[in-house]
Amino acid sequence: MKLTREGIAYRVARDLPEGSYVNLGVGIPSLVPSYLPEGCEIFVHSENGLLGVGAAPAAGDEDPDLVNASVEYTTLLPGACVFDHATSFHMIRGGHVTHSVIGAIEVAANGDLANWQMPDESLPSVGGAMDLAFGVRNVFVAMTHVTSKGEPKILSACTCPLTAPRCVRRIYTDLAVIDVTPDGLVLREVAPGLDPAAVQAQTGAPLRIADDCREMDIPAGFGGVRLRA
Amino acid sequence: MIDKTVASCAEAVKDVFDGATIMFGGFGPPGVPARLIEALREQGARNLTAIHNGAGSDEFGLGILFVSGQVRKLVASFLNRGKASAFRDQYLKGEVELELLPQGTLAERIRAAGAGIGGFYTPTAVGTRLAKGKETRVLDGREYVFERPLHADFAFIKAHRADRLGNLCYRLAMRNFNPVMASAAKVVIAEVDEIVPVGALAPDGIHTPGIFVDRVVQVERHPRHFVKKGGAQ
Repeated sequence: MKLTREGIAYRVARDLPEGSYVNLGVGIPSLVPSYLPEGCEIFVHSENGLLGVGAAPAAGDEDPDLVNASVEYTTLLPGACVFDHATSFHMIRGGHVTHSVIGAIEVAANGDLANWQMPDESLPSVGGAMDLAFGVRNVFVAMTHVTSKGEPKILSACTCPLTAPRCVRRIYTDLAVIDVTPDGLVLREVAPGLDPAAVQAQTGAPLRIADDCREMDIPAGFGGVRLRA
Repeated sequence: MIDKTVASCAEAVKDVFDGATIMFGGFGPPGVPARLIEALREQGARNLTAIHNGAGSDEFGLGILFVSGQVRKLVASFLNRGKASAFRDQYLKGEVELELLPQGTLAERIRAAGAGIGGFYTPTAVGTRLAKGKETRVLDGREYVFERPLHADFAFIKAHRADRLGNLCYRLAMRNFNPVMASAAKVVIAEVDEIVPVGALAPDGIHTPGIFVDRVVQVERHPRHFVKKGGAQ
């Protein structure tokens, strides 16, 4: 089985400790708040000057002056605060935001991250990705393991322009949880029913299988997609 | 008596000149000085250098000045690939120059200008394409890129309330780039939802002190500054 996008978000959410300050990128990372443990105080940061971001508002409850970094209407939780853009990036670049959950085009075995420019994209756009990748201690990548064409996104070296060198700590995909260590990539967990060899077959860099490598603890509903072959 | 209020957006932007560098606040719709931008389109100044997080869209914000062909150069961080087609076309044809910056570097370069700082070293972008050609330096074992301040002739900003002294406060996510931009331009023009009497804004509730602001104009909110069905984009 491989995980759904929600399953990847669920697995990331299990690793965010109480008291963490977390910036969530677009795509799969933006699904994480739905799966944070009940009653656990975690502050979600948004680049446009919000700390303590809540769920999407119900229809009719939107505030025109309150959007997140993906320019979606959002809400604030009790204890939230708002601030200007320079302060927002002081939090990021200054290392105060403790976790960045971010999407990727490619990740290399040494932790290099490429997530801002596709090879065929003529109009470059970077946003806050570089500041997050350089400034935040725990950069967690959340992405599908392979491209829509089935090509590996975890590689020995990135082919796309780098966002930051050697910044990724951990990679969460629909197939696996992989740590980036000084000795290379270490396979920590596999999706339910999946063999480590199957993960290696879809990875473009050598994986060392951790001694305690295990199946992910994921509710059944999140692992409903059967792998081909 | 100090009175920074002006009667109309047209009057507020009338001295913008060809070739001017202008900062535009806002991120998504919140905090975008949409009425001042419309007035600038009517005023017609050309060959502008625009400093903004993105390029707006063809219908709203900075994007309308690409549709009208008034911008020569954009300094920005995030370009919404689907929305600003006029900007995109002009960029791909080489008619508009783009200086792309990491978002935090953009904000900090503006902040540095407003704070009288001659430049700063940031770790962001070291070893990437966006640091190409920039001075680097190793400090305490870490490599940094040197970045210069970003100044402007004008800053167009949006706030929620103002008084005639130019004190401003913002609602929620309207704040974004507006306070730093208010400190970094020679002439700072704020459009606001409401001008209130002096003393009505609590001293500890003022987000941009009036010392930074030159002109204030009260406007009817742009339609995009109300809730949009189907999402804020």
